[in-house]
Amino acid sequence: MTALWEAMNGRGKLLLALLILVLLMAPLVASRYLLSVLTLILYFVYVGQAWNLMMGYAGQLSLGHALYVGLGGYVAAILWVHYGIGPWLSIVPAVAIAAAFGAAIGWLAFRFGIEGVYFALLTIAFAEFTRIGFDHLAIAGGAGGLFIPYEEQRIGEWWNLRGNQLFFYYLAFALAAVGVLITALLSRARLGFQWLAIREDEMAARALGIDAFRAKMKAILISSGMTAVGGVFYAFYNNTLFPAQMFDMSRSIELILAPIVGGLGTIFGPVVGAFILTPLGEILIVLTDWLGINLPGVKAVFYGLTLMIIISLVPTGVWPRIARSLDLKKHGR
Amino acid sequence: MWSIYLNVVLQGVLTGLVYGLMALGLSVIFGVVRVVNFAHGEFAVIAMYAAFLLFKAVGLDPLIAMAPIALAFFAAGFVLQHALINSFVGRPEHEQFILLVGLAIIITNGLLMIFGPDAQPAQLPYAFDSYLIGTMIIDKVRVYAAIAAVAVSTALFVFFRHTRTGTAIRACADNLTGAAVVGLNVKQLYALTFGLGLACVGAAGALMVTIADAAPGLGPAYTLLAFTIVIIGGLGSMSGALVGGVLIGVSEALAGFVFAPSMKSMFSFALLIAVLVLRPHGLMGKKRT
Repeated sequence: MTALWEAMNGRGKLLLALLILVLLMAPLVASRYLLSVLTLILYFVYVGQAWNLMMGYAGQLSLGHALYVGLGGYVAAILWVHYGIGPWLSIVPAVAIAAAFGAAIGWLAFRFGIEGVYFALLTIAFAEFTRIGFDHLAIAGGAGGLFIPYEEQRIGEWWNLRGNQLFFYYLAFALAAVGVLITALLSRARLGFQWLAIREDEMAARALGIDAFRAKMKAILISSGMTAVGGVFYAFYNNTLFPAQMFDMSRSIELILAPIVGGLGTIFGPVVGAFILTPLGEILIVLTDWLGINLPGVKAVFYGLTLMIIISLVPTGVWPRIARSLDLKKHGR
Repeated sequence: MWSIYLNVVLQGVLTGLVYGLMALGLSVIFGVVRVVNFAHGEFAVIAMYAAFLLFKAVGLDPLIAMAPIALAFFAAGFVLQHALINSFVGRPEHEQFILLVGLAIIITNGLLMIFGPDAQPAQLPYAFDSYLIGTMIIDKVRVYAAIAAVAVSTALFVFFRHTRTGTAIRACADNLTGAAVVGLNVKQLYALTFGLGLACVGAAGALMVTIADAAPGLGPAYTLLAFTIVIIGGLGSMSGALVGGVLIGVSEALAGFVFAPSMKSMFSFALLIAVLVLRPHGLMGKKRT
């Protein structure tokens, strides 16, 4: 972490400190709506960071991360609704179950040499399989959904993740900060360098004596576990869970866009990406409203168009370019 | 008792052949251009709406409308490859993925804006006719659609095996550098291939209207279906796509009959996972290094 701080020059440090300060102070001036948008952004920073570890650093393209969000959210919600076990405790089985699924996928894929497109498909297949399974799972409410009841007297029980918008905003901020920290730490750890070596050339990495299977397993375990924590947050923030909403492929796609747009394999890429994409979606709602063309689907069409334009113009992400033009790193080292 | 199962299996085979044709388009595009068309199912849905509109407006039977739709899709694919996809050939998978997912989102929501979210049944005059073979009842539309799907697939096989252009395209797939060295216009052939792939999905979409109702939300499901089939059969293998299509068709039909229709794709995904683990390159796929 200190290495990350020291790698930045004065301007970089100032900018980062300013961002943290603005985010901490935001509730003083922001409206409830703005706060909810910021909460969403920070949530996407966190899960984007979790996915970034696996794709950006270890180079494993997972298109099924909604699986871990859904499992984390559902396990915590089921334990709360049916057994009264609070998320401060149920986060343990939530993470464990999601990581177990991650381990199963990773073991199958990495043992049997399933790579690239095939690996991506395997992750989608697992997510879809689980979605349909939850559609028929009685304890999870099936396709009809599972609802976390709103109880006035419980507001303020922060250990049970019951709180108002302000509480969830700071919780999302903490999650995002932890996500960035974990990425920063891992990217400078031995494991992070092993991932980079595997991403660039797995054969060469193995020739150097790196246990690629182990390193990739660690990537999927860390990534799925982290994502499940995001799922717990998501479940208790929204209070409603539907299989079609939690496990859907569009969810997986939504989650990976911020790191791709911001810049894969960078620490701040997912942050920048989330700060671009989520407000873009909100602006599109306002814009189409204002133009009077608020048909269902208009917003999504613009969204799709933006994606195509961004990936055509800046395929390596926005952040590396910004960082270069702002000149945030120390020189001459 | 057994004749009921046989009946279900046979219906599944017929549907599966149409699925196979759709997947064939995906397989051809990947096998040659090396781009995974993540908007494949969405193109199928466009074709479904095109066939639906042609039937409603001028009463054109989808089995006939298949031809002009496939032709239009060929042209669209040709242009699309030149204008957009060619610059993404050889780039990392996730970049191609984002490009085509963007396209898929635009298609699905464009259709949603134009046609609304509800399913549109075409209501063909012979939709409920059936053939009676012994104790088995076989839907007429499925028989026609399956025959048409086999015909189109056969035409494509013949094209790739026995024409100069088809051979040239196969050369690009086998050895890109070699193909360029002997003077083949690779970009043109890629555009041709993408056109052919879309023609397959156009034809399949038109046929699909006879057995399913068009709805914008079908796109992602069909994309997944095509992918499942192609991976089971082996990415890039033409016969594999048809075999995979039939397998999935039968598995869907049986699962829908024995368990619940809503659970049918669960069995497809289970089949996919099993194939990926046991034969990572598909049933008929060649192992690549």
